[in-house]
Amino acid sequence: MHSKKDNKKKLLWLQGVTCNGNTHSFLNLPYLPLLLSKIELLYFPTMEALYTFEEISECKLSCDILVFEGAFDPELKRNDILIQTMLEHYSKNAEYVIAVGSCASFGGIFKASAPQRNSGLLFNESERTGPMLEVDQKIINLSGCPIHPEWLGYTLNMIINHQKILLDEMHRPRELYSNLAHHGCTRNEYFEWKVDAKGFGLKEGCLFYEQGCRGPMTHASCNKILWNEVSSKTRSGTPCFGCTEPDFPKQNFFNTKTNMSIPEDVPLGVPKRNYLTMAGIAKTFHIKRLEGKLIDYKTTP
Amino acid sequence: MARISKEKRKTGLIDVALKLFSKKGFYVTTIPDIAEEAGMSVGNFYNYFKSKDILAKELVLYISEYLGNQILLINEKDISTEEKIHEIVVMYFEMATKKPEMIEYFLRVYLSNREVFGEGCEGMVCVSPFVTEMMMFFNDGVAKGDLHDQDFFSAFGLFMGYLGGMAFLFGEKILPHPLEWYQESISQNIYNALKKRQ
Ligand code: SF4
Repeated sequence: MHSKKDNKKKLLWLQGVTCNGNTHSFLNLPYLPLLLSKIELLYFPTMEALYTFEEISECKLSCDILVFEGAFDPELKRNDILIQTMLEHYSKNAEYVIAVGSCASFGGIFKASAPQRNSGLLFNESERTGPMLEVDQKIINLSGCPIHPEWLGYTLNMIINHQKILLDEMHRPRELYSNLAHHGCTRNEYFEWKVDAKGFGLKEGCLFYEQGCRGPMTHASCNKILWNEVSSKTRSGTPCFGCTEPDFPKQNFFNTKTNMSIPEDVPLGVPKRNYLTMAGIAKTFHIKRLEGKLIDYKTTP
Repeated sequence: MARISKEKRKTGLIDVALKLFSKKGFYVTTIPDIAEEAGMSVGNFYNYFKSKDILAKELVLYISEYLGNQILLINEKDISTEEKIHEIVVMYFEMATKKPEMIEYFLRVYLSNREVFGEGCEGMVCVSPFVTEMMMFFNDGVAKGDLHDQDFFSAFGLFMGYLGGMAFLFGEKILPHPLEWYQESISQNIYNALKKRQ
């Protein structure tokens, strides 16, 4: 009979072309010690684990959960072994392959700088032409630049507890990626009445019309599961950059692309004509409470 | 006698009202005038429109929807932006020639009597079907790389101001030729003014 310890899932964390952002993000998970007590860490780039990278690169061991961070580059070697070889070896027996971050999911920033070489594990932006097509059923994409630590925490806990993770067409857990970054944004009322933010870092105004916010077309739960449990980009006054989507990174993060002052992209699922009609009418109304500073508004006139 | 539906009667009233407003002027025309011309009692008129102001707003909406639908048909055609401009000009001039009361109402009543349209017709509320379609037209033109990217109202004002101005001159019988005579050159002028700078 297996002891309890033997039943722990074995996790291995490999890196492709990466900035380490997801590694660092994961270290900020508030319940990391508890989570780590439930798994066996074979190797992790910045934490003590059971094996060294040299031992891992020999490709003699096996794991249950393979986490891959960074873009895939077919020529990249670590410890003189092709990353591709390691990926092939460890994915064979793994139950799940988790692509953490937008680079591992879709190519992300590193694909943008070397489009011919780099890609995600399963996707090349939104095309299913990545190197791990053979094990596509095992792949869970946790896109984000970097990922939210809770998203990985959620996924690992689901796996540890033998729960089924429903995925969307881009292999992202639906529980985490069905929301838009727009949901839960504290600026929604400004969005509704088309009141623009006058600058960055302010509490008032929506960042969609002038500051490049991609919240209404980005699948992410940043405004529902807050960062460091307190904040998010839009809460602190910075636009959403759409980092969880296959087309990330776009250019000009702080600009809304417009044609004759009409936003090129409108909220997901809304026909443009209808959006323009609604927006034009909403703009007509002037709501005093939304025009000035929140702190100056008098509740009793 | 077959009963005329309420909707048809309402459209009939709209037509009569538009014609009277354009002939006698908005303020001089009274509800009894309109009712009489439409062949109904004043009491019955109020079953359709509660007041002259409400009628006035519904007329703007009616015209704006009519124009919006016409432009929508053009927008959905698989033709170049330059051709679309031409078709919009032709459509507008045809309307100004065949249904001058509609354009006149827009130019003379709606644009110059803002006090009537203050409440319930603020900003884009009553003209949005038409303005939205023009937004779609400009947006597509820029996205296709045909039109110069600029502020919407600068382009909109240029396009509609020009057409409105011509319809006005035509209405005042100042133009030496029928509107149709100017279609080509005006479409060209508008396209040249709006097209993408090389
Ligand atoms: S700031 Fe962005 S996410 Fe927030 S309401 Fe505006 S568009 Fe939506």
